Amino acid sequence: MARELIRLAEVSKNYRKGRELVRVLEGISLAIEEGDFVGLMGPSGSGKTTLLNLLGGLDKPTSGDVEVDGRNISNLSTGALAKWRASNIGFIFQFYNLLPVLTAARNVGLPLLLTSLSASQRKKHVNTALQLVGLADRAKHYPRELSGGQEQRVAIARAIVSDPPILLCDEPTGDLDRATADEIMSLLQRLNRDYGKTIVMVTHDPRAASFAHRVLHLDKGELGAAPEEIH
Amino acid sequence: MFGWLTQTAALAALNLRSLPRRPGTAAVAMSGIAALTGVFAGVLSMASGFEKTMDGTGRADVALVLRSGSTAELNSRFTGEQADVIRYAPGIARDAEGEPEVSAELFWIVNAVGKSSGTEANVALRGIQPTGYSLRKDYRLAEGREFTPGRFELVVGRGARSQFMGLEPGQTIRFGKTEWLVTGMFETGGSVFESELWCDVNVLQSAYQLGNGFQVVRARVDGADGRLQLEEALGDDQRLSVDVWSEKQFYSDQAEDTASLINNIGLPISILMGIGAVFAALNAMYASIAARARELATLRAVGFGSFPTALATLLESVVLAFLGGVLGCAIAWFALNGFQASTLASSFSQVVFNFAVTPDLLGRGIVAALIVGLVGGIFPAVRAATAQVTSALREL
Ligand SMILES: Nc1ncnc2c1ncn2[C@@H]1O[C@H](COP(=O)(O)OP(=O)(O)O)[C@@H](O)[C@H]1O
Ligand SMILES: [Mg+2]
Repeated sequence: MARELIRLAEVSKNYRKGRELVRVLEGISLAIEEGDFVGLMGPSGSGKTTLLNLLGGLDKPTSGDVEVDGRNISNLSTGALAKWRASNIGFIFQFYNLLPVLTAARNVGLPLLLTSLSASQRKKHVNTALQLVGLADRAKHYPRELSGGQEQRVAIARAIVSDPPILLCDEPTGDLDRATADEIMSLLQRLNRDYGKTIVMVTHDPRAASFAHRVLHLDKGELGAAPEEIH
Repeated sequence: MFGWLTQTAALAALNLRSLPRRPGTAAVAMSGIAALTGVFAGVLSMASGFEKTMDGTGRADVALVLRSGSTAELNSRFTGEQADVIRYAPGIARDAEGEPEVSAELFWIVNAVGKSSGTEANVALRGIQPTGYSLRKDYRLAEGREFTPGRFELVVGRGARSQFMGLEPGQTIRFGKTEWLVTGMFETGGSVFESELWCDVNVLQSAYQLGNGFQVVRARVDGADGRLQLEEALGDDQRLSVDVWSEKQFYSDQAEDTASLINNIGLPISILMGIGAVFAALNAMYASIAARARELATLRAVGFGSFPTALATLLESVVLAFLGGVLGCAIAWFALNGFQASTLASSFSQVVFNFAVTPDLLGRGIVAALIVGLVGGIFPAVRAATAQVTSALREL
């Protein structure tokens, strides 16, 4: 039995839209073990991204606690959360979010600027990460010179370069064709299986979800196991 | 410490790299700041050039006697008898023949047509006595000959000649009812006198039916307390009511008046342009962070802090302003340094002077630009730092 890495306890999140109170998440409780690969599905607007943001310390719950590795991150200051994210979380977005003015290698190296590594050490880490995603030969290319799948792989290299234990993916294959999506999913699977990354992945695509160990379903702010859960 | 410095440096480098992606707003901000810097440095260099010309005028050992209460030669007046009383007063130096070194003069305003403007302007036509030449510091006849006493002839200063039409040696020029022959050109080391035309004071008296009147008496004083001696003697004399000035003091007082006038007009213009430049910088920086909202949010998600984000935005604004400032200084330097202009001085005649764009003034221009960059960057910096990361990531 692996140890518990992430725990949500009675987490609620409301947004204020003018006078109206939008209840996005209501009393969510959830535990994720180290090395797990969790798929998160649900209709559009059901709060999947919001939940992912809470897990990653990008946002704070209205009530309830988010505990990661035994640490309650719900009460951390904005500055402390930023530091915490840098060493614990790798984000992977639907539209890659690479910086267009930087080469692939420099994009991948960005998180390392937050560490005390020397320039040569940083270079080594970047090379390793790019090799892992199979793009060592594209290090000097700019994002506009890469295909969508390649861009997403660069983004994955950026997410893993500082070796965080947790990867949070928000529809990582949402903008890719089927074959490319499969490549990306195999890559994530490898990161989970061979490198022990704990992955939480939002997706609409059942094929992508089939790579996860278990799939959770979010609907109307509440969590449930998906009927079509795949083991 | 180490952390946020490197973060700021990395973010600032990113900001500057993306500048060329928004050439429009950046160019508007830069040219606004360049214009401000140029005008600011221009106004300052105009004032300083004018002051330099005026300060270079006048000798400490020459006394200027004006009618009591007159602050300009133009509104002073003496009779010939009064001028003679002054001439033989104590405290005045004597030449080798034992004659007092005095020039009783008239300061008359005539109209000449400006070369660049094509419009008429006031030019000083000064009647002098033979000693008048040697009373001017660094006097030198540069071309032609001096006027012949008793004739309608004049010599022109270098500045007057270059600014006004019809003043070439050998030409004749009509002022009022009389034709004057220009016999030569003189220099006085760049001082105000170079803006004047000089003729025989007796000829000027008859040309304008001024009888035996004068407006000012210049005298070289004898020794350190010569001027005081002269002042006391003239003050005691019942036939006179005069003020005795040090010639040097007289011109530097005038310089301050006009230079502060230039500054009083120029500084409000600079301030208005400064406000405009702040808004241009503000606009450029808001555009910059709006265009890169997702990038900035991504960097924040990765773990970059909000303080370095703000600082880097401020730095981008300051760099933008610095570039604009350098551009403005370059324009001021190449367009204005040594540029000759003339302005109506408190003597009511045109004084010709050169703009003096000095490193010190350029430095002040750059400082003005940097202030604009800082002020214009503060609000965008705060916005960049406080923007909701989650909302920015949501937007496409
Ligand atoms: N900052 C916000 N202010 C107001 N409402 C928000 C905000 N962020 C998200 N929401 C709302 O929360 C709900 C869930 O959004 P989201 O988590 O993005 O859903 P999903 O990712 O499942 O599509 C939506 O109705 C959305 O409009
Ligand atoms: Mg979403």
